[in-house]
Amino acid sequence: MMLVAQRSRARDFDWWLLLMAVGICTLGVLDIYYATRSGDLSGMHWKQLAWIALGFACMLVISVIDYHKILDNAPILYLLGLAGLVLVLFIGKTRFGSRSWIDLGLFDLQVAEPVKLIIIVVLARFFSEVRSERLSLLDLAKAGILTGIPVALILKQPDFGTAMMFVPALLVGSFLAGVQWKHVAAFAVVAALLLPVGWYFLKPYQKQRIETFLNPESNPQGAGYQTLQAKIAVGSGGVWGKGLGHGSQNQLGFIPVRWSDFIFASQAEELGFAGVFVTLLLYMGLLLRLVHNAQRAVDRAGMYLVMGVAAILGIHVFWNVGMTIGYVPVTGVPLPLMSYGGSATLFMFMALGLVMNVRMGRFVN
Amino acid sequence: MAYWFENERKLPTGRLWVVFYAIVALTLVMLSGYWKLQIVDAQRYLEMAERNRIRSIPIPAPRGRMFDRDRRVLVDSYPGFAVLLLRDDPKEVDKHLPAVAEGLELDINDLRKQLEDAHTLADYDPIRIKLDASPADIAFVESHRTDIPVLELLIQHRRNYLRQQQGDGFMSHASGYVGEVSERDIARSKGRYTSGDVIGKAGLERQYNDILMGVDGKRRAIVNSLGREVARLDQSEPTAGKDIQLTIDYDLQLVAETALAGRKGAVVALDPRTGEILALLSHPAPDPNLFAVRIPAEEWKALNENPDKPLLNRAIQAQLAPGSVFKIMMAAAMLESKAVPETLSTFCPGFATFYGRQFKCHVFNKGGHGWMSLHSAVAQSCDIFFYNVGQRMGIDRIAYYAAKMGLGRPTGIDLPSEASGLVPSEGWKRRVFKEKWYAGETISVAIGQGALTSTPLQLAYSIGGIASGGVFKQPHLLKGTRPAEYHFALTEDTTEKITQAMFGVVNEGTAAGSRLEGVEFCGKTGTSQLISNEGLARLRSVGGRRFTENAWFVGYAPRRNPEIVVAVLVEHGEHGSTAAAPIARDIIKRYYEKKGAKDQKQYRVEYQRYDLGRPVASATAAAALPAQVPAPEKPAATAAVADLRRRGQR
Repeated sequence: MMLVAQRSRARDFDWWLLLMAVGICTLGVLDIYYATRSGDLSGMHWKQLAWIALGFACMLVISVIDYHKILDNAPILYLLGLAGLVLVLFIGKTRFGSRSWIDLGLFDLQVAEPVKLIIIVVLARFFSEVRSERLSLLDLAKAGILTGIPVALILKQPDFGTAMMFVPALLVGSFLAGVQWKHVAAFAVVAALLLPVGWYFLKPYQKQRIETFLNPESNPQGAGYQTLQAKIAVGSGGVWGKGLGHGSQNQLGFIPVRWSDFIFASQAEELGFAGVFVTLLLYMGLLLRLVHNAQRAVDRAGMYLVMGVAAILGIHVFWNVGMTIGYVPVTGVPLPLMSYGGSATLFMFMALGLVMNVRMGRFVN
Repeated sequence: MAYWFENERKLPTGRLWVVFYAIVALTLVMLSGYWKLQIVDAQRYLEMAERNRIRSIPIPAPRGRMFDRDRRVLVDSYPGFAVLLLRDDPKEVDKHLPAVAEGLELDINDLRKQLEDAHTLADYDPIRIKLDASPADIAFVESHRTDIPVLELLIQHRRNYLRQQQGDGFMSHASGYVGEVSERDIARSKGRYTSGDVIGKAGLERQYNDILMGVDGKRRAIVNSLGREVARLDQSEPTAGKDIQLTIDYDLQLVAETALAGRKGAVVALDPRTGEILALLSHPAPDPNLFAVRIPAEEWKALNENPDKPLLNRAIQAQLAPGSVFKIMMAAAMLESKAVPETLSTFCPGFATFYGRQFKCHVFNKGGHGWMSLHSAVAQSCDIFFYNVGQRMGIDRIAYYAAKMGLGRPTGIDLPSEASGLVPSEGWKRRVFKEKWYAGETISVAIGQGALTSTPLQLAYSIGGIASGGVFKQPHLLKGTRPAEYHFALTEDTTEKITQAMFGVVNEGTAAGSRLEGVEFCGKTGTSQLISNEGLARLRSVGGRRFTENAWFVGYAPRRNPEIVVAVLVEHGEHGSTAAAPIARDIIKRYYEKKGAKDQKQYRVEYQRYDLGRPVASATAAAALPAQVPAPEKPAATAAVADLRRRGQR
């Protein structure tokens, strides 16, 4: 009996999901190598490989813990996450103008990364306890507050880009929980009315970013420089690209943070539309595989968990890819599994571990 | 017990499908965006990428200075200008090339070739097309900034060498000179040099180029399609070359330069206890300041074809018969080998006959020396005595001892292209001429003639070693070098007899006119023939001076374990005693004056910079001059730099 259970677990491991994730990581390491091989940054791809290996181990560990047990501890995790976000405001390290990092000795942790995971768990727990077909305004408000507190704390760092990445988890969750259209319409109206007020609260550089986004050619040497250079990189790549290591925008350093936030621009230049097509197909495949797994989840809790991961992963991918070609404002959003970054890589793999967990759990009980 | 997750409601499959299609739709939106950029507008963005250029402007590193042993500056640098050709837009370069060539007075074909040679460099690396920009060139670049946007000025350090007077270098054969790196140098350097670099071409500049030459810095900037800098990327600071301290003593060098002025020849002064070169010069000496960075081809040709051979460093490259100076080596060989009894005594009637041929003594016209012992034969430089010694020893024994005492091989001085001289032997003649050695040739070699040749440096090295009892220290110019040491121990008896004889030369013999009061000044004169006596007589009758004898003198002090050895060569000086010995005497005199003053702590490092054309009449006049240096007249380029800076500030 035990043996059978073990075998079914191995068989139920989501090999397709893993294959696509590994494919994306491979492309990422390749891009990091070619973007940084000359100069002081060389060797970065080795560090990224180490993070991937560590992330992989974490994924395996999480995939064998019953996700119900994790959801049981949602309140504790939530409080821990909030504590971390408060702590970072006081003892955090400032990089790129945001106080977002805590020095853990071995590495600097970007606190918002584990909080993303915690929000997925907390919202899954919250929505699976909703018993009615339709989501009441009260429940919607509760979910909004649960998400709003960490978002507010992150806005305080200030890290607008990262804060916005939490919103889709709430949106997708409440959509699946049966949000009522009249509530959606009401919120849309209120948001539209509040927009001018919000503008008032934005920092000058944030305003400039949005202005630049709306009219990128207005200031090509200043704030619009990054977007323009990224677009030049992408456009000049053509169909087949300039070849790995031969992109002038990439190799001469015209692409801003070409190993992280704008890694997709350096890939688009060197591998062309062909590379973009393959990569986007891999991401789409990954996301659709998550939806597929959600549809086969054994209960609502599992479904919410998987869809929370899908929401967070999806917003990162589409925001980053869109920002590269000027579709959305430039904010510090990494491309999951590709951009260089320890915390992000680690927690993306842990999120995938949750998905594996749900999938393998469907035959238990 | 009902757990929180026990929720019997079915999954919202419909809404999941909505999310599913939303993902597909978003992916398609993104793909269409990339499609537009990479396929529809690709050409436009490709052109924009090509216009995105980086320009990198070198920041030249100053070359290290050279100091004398008292830390007086012998060679340093001053700022000048080089003209850069910016190559980031090939079309612009093509368009303006004729105007550039005309304005800067450069050959357009040379320019084209330089451009072609630079094709391996990145487009954003400009090339230096004129390293020694004149004020007119600077004015040209400045006044055409808008209509010829491919030129840029670069501050380039230029070498400043001391000079005896305009056109005459000061120790220029030792210092050497710098020049623009050649294609061959670049190819050999394995990427260390790039076009336009200035490297040492001769002398110490070449020998210690790796120390003296710094690493240029670089400033990288992004330029737009108009060639304007829009952003600065990074800047690497230049690393200055390191200074070197030489063993040269400016005071002694000055005495030697002044004493030899106007004559062809060479002087080497060294300390045989350490191998340190105190003075080294060769005349005529070209002024390396005039070479600038790039010497015009016709001037270079003239220097090379000049019959006086100004580019030859006679001190280490002139391979000439040592003449009677070689009698010291012969005397040492005779005493050490014991092939000839040291009590040998010969009668000199002014000539002698060996193997059916008559050999003359240098006193032939005045009769003979009479009875000669080893001591008197050295002091009077009797040829007949040494003919006999040579005949009894045989050529191979002579060759063995000459080689052991430092002749026939380079001394290993830290200067490029040292000549080895030649010590002939039976084996050598068989090897080179495939001929038998004739015994008569040995007779010539015995008095330093025949095929025997040596350089002034070798003679100083050899005599210094002999007078030190057979300890030969490798001569060197870089202070602080641990010299290689070579021993050929001579017996105490040999050393004593030889040094006594050399003391006799100066105090009772051929160089008695150069005696120094209170100094154990020793030495040996030499007069070496360039062609046979008969030929010489014939040439003299038509007034030719080119084949008059070379005058040699190698002097040292004190008699045992000397502190200073001076070898002097005066080409066509005729008599070692009159032409060469006084120069050695002046140097040794100055050495002792300075030593005495230092011992009494009265020596002040006085320093007269002869740069920029202040002629000096004599050594004594130079010594009498006050220590204050007249402000050197600023080179034109320095004034231009100041002018440019001023304009930059405005």
